[in-house]
Amino acid sequence: MNLHLTRRYEFSASHRLHNPAFTDEENWRTYGKCNHPYGHGHNYVLEVAVSGPVDLATGMIANLTDLDSFVEHEVIEPFDHVYLNENVAAFRERVPTTENVCIEIYNRLRNFPSAKLERVRLEETSLNSFDYSGDSGEKQS
Amino acid sequence: MATVSITRRVEFSASHLYHNPAFSPEENRRVFGKCNNPHGHGHNYVLEVTVKGEPDPATGMVLDLKELKDILQKEIMDRMDHRFLNYEVPELSGQIPTCENIATVIWRLLEPRISRGRLARVRLYETPELFVDCYGEGESSANGGGKK
Repeated sequence: MNLHLTRRYEFSASHRLHNPAFTDEENWRTYGKCNHPYGHGHNYVLEVAVSGPVDLATGMIANLTDLDSFVEHEVIEPFDHVYLNENVAAFRERVPTTENVCIEIYNRLRNFPSAKLERVRLEETSLNSFDYSGDSGEKQS
Repeated sequence: MATVSITRRVEFSASHLYHNPAFSPEENRRVFGKCNNPHGHGHNYVLEVTVKGEPDPATGMVLDLKELKDILQKEIMDRMDHRFLNYEVPELSGQIPTCENIATVIWRLLEPRISRGRLARVRLYETPELFVDCYGEGESSANGGGKK
């Protein structure tokens, strides 16, 4: 049976969309109000989907306690209540658009030991979300 | 003709408990945590059933929603709503009634009953923060495969 288990998490963080290689005008034209100098914040909603055989003894693809503590350690702790541009090293080099945040989260979770990571979905607001399933699976929903 | 998916949502409330008689009491508590409480606990489950197919040119329907509603009532609601899943649903007997196993049982109950189109996905929410998608024995339609 092909099953995916999905768990939903939340974290709150601020970011600023700004590319130092662009002029001020280009940054404003590209990112609009997301370029305001002091950043702004969101309540991000993260969905993590994993797959694998259901263990006959436990009835589970993965124990939620293991998944929760892995996601807590790899993502929630470093991402919650921080300024992504400064407090997460990856975003000193890359603009923390939700696309890039989604990919960074996928890469942090891909080595979950108990099941295969299928998909990371990140909602920046209830109106826009991004799905990433590895190299061939980027798309906006 | 284009292939389209229709999804119907129903809710049922049920209780369950996670306990493996082959485990010691300590093992049961360690593996299942508070879900091992001997008297069980309950959820409002939300079930989304997706059927995929080409609309019938005469009716414009993939599958008559009334028919799907009746199937869900008879196969799922009558069987699981306001029940203790471990003791009152024979299809789950001998299994731990996790979201994974309940979704699999639901798939097996529904698949042979779908008269037009094909069952594409069973999504079962245990809470708004936890759900399982079942795609049957075939490849995943979520991202083009990638089974473990």
